[in-house]
Amino acid sequence: MYEEISSNKWKSGLMLAFFVVFVVGFGYVIGLVWGGSTNHLWYAWVGLSIGFVIAMTMGFSSYYSSDKLALSTSGAKPLDAYMQDPNWRPLAIRFDNAVEGLAIAAGVPKPKPYIIDDPAPNAFATGRNPAHSSVAATTGLLGMMTDQELQGVIGHEMSHVKNYDILLMTMTIVLVGTVILISDIFLRTFWFSDNDSGGGDGEAGLVFMIIGIVLAILAPLIAVLIKLWIGRKREYLADANGALLTRYPPGLANALRKIGGDTKQLRRANKATAHLYIAQPLKTTEGRGSGMNRMFDTHPPIEDRIAKLDAMAGQFQEIVPGPAAPEARAPQ
Amino acid sequence: MPWWGWLLIVLAILMFGGYIAMLFNRLVSYRNRVDNAWHQIDVQLNRRADLIPNLVETVKGYAAHEKSTFEMVTQARSAIMSAKSVAESAKAEGMVTEALKSLFAVAENYPELKANQNFLALQEELAGTENKIAYARQFYNDSVMAYDVARQRFPARIIASSFGFTEPRDYFEPETPGYKEVPKVSFS
Repeated sequence: MYEEISSNKWKSGLMLAFFVVFVVGFGYVIGLVWGGSTNHLWYAWVGLSIGFVIAMTMGFSSYYSSDKLALSTSGAKPLDAYMQDPNWRPLAIRFDNAVEGLAIAAGVPKPKPYIIDDPAPNAFATGRNPAHSSVAATTGLLGMMTDQELQGVIGHEMSHVKNYDILLMTMTIVLVGTVILISDIFLRTFWFSDNDSGGGDGEAGLVFMIIGIVLAILAPLIAVLIKLWIGRKREYLADANGALLTRYPPGLANALRKIGGDTKQLRRANKATAHLYIAQPLKTTEGRGSGMNRMFDTHPPIEDRIAKLDAMAGQFQEIVPGPAAPEARAPQ
Repeated sequence: MPWWGWLLIVLAILMFGGYIAMLFNRLVSYRNRVDNAWHQIDVQLNRRADLIPNLVETVKGYAAHEKSTFEMVTQARSAIMSAKSVAESAKAEGMVTEALKSLFAVAENYPELKANQNFLALQEELAGTENKIAYARQFYNDSVMAYDVARQRFPARIIASSFGFTEPRDYFEPETPGYKEVPKVSFS
């Protein structure tokens, strides 16, 4: 657990460093291309400075406010409104209690619970550290899960919170998003300025232009690959740690079965936040698990995750059932 | 002896001292985590005790004549409030569990009560608190185990015995009455 925490902090720092180098370097190259053959390094310095300012601003905001971005783009709302509504009150209380219970089990401060009004069952955790963290679940999820299943899901999210996955995963949203945005803007402006200003006459200008284009094409691709690498590996780990928290692997396994069997599309998920969720929110219609499609999945196949949890359940037979075990609560 | 010889000796002493301090501090933080975990259980038990009067009031509104059940619940509640040790707390816990069981058994006979929104919310709240108590105990046991491992392993063991990290901490045993049996508060 402690190795995971320091590895996640490390990787977050490394990603931030790469981001700063990339944006500053990109600013420099754009400045050079812009200056063309005039040999005015002045342009390059302006580009570099602008790059630096952008890198610092986005770097800070990725650390401090990525979680707010993730919550607002997903349409997550605090529990208050649901607590007032008599129909939702029991479910909201149950969700709130599950979050608090698993925070106790994990020994972390209680994350702020949020509800997303959406019939598709899904959930995610975000924040920069356990003290500043949030867990969001959809109304669909809260409505269809039994107690043990809900606790399995929250246990999964809580282990993301505890081992600082949330920091890395949430920072990715802003950092990767910014890289894609910058490259996109560059490609567009380049396209338009190509004809009139005559930027790119002379050998030096041409070289920098090519570098610029290559960077602009490669950057989003690399950014997407980083996201996949971040998202997929740690889902298995969070499943295992989450099941350990509840001491009852079938809870999460059954929850994943229900999520996997559901075909509703999450309305407000997009490519930027897809890797945060417990299960892939953007469902592909055909060809799951084959070739290229599978390469761009943000999550491992749900059947694999269920199989791993079932294997884990076998090893749990001798251990005393935890609070989420079926004999502890009557089924709903 | 050359000057760097002295330097090496001083460095070695500093490093050794730093290592001892590190082991000591680790033991302190593990011990504090155990104490904090114990306090967490208390917080949850008290919260459940705070829910009980509300629950009793709500049930009374529909089943005022079930006096003996209400008394049993109130007694168990005061036992929880005065519990100090692990064993006492577990015993009081068993009492509350029994009392709540009979309270909910009473509620079973009153269909209007079972449909009451306030009662449903309290029932959900109580079920959640049961779970939190169980999780708090789980975390307490995990913390005790981490502390035991930390103070019984080799180099730290010497520090532990010479600085008084010897007082053992009790585990919550599954055999303790009230641990396994959680009142069936949901009956849909």
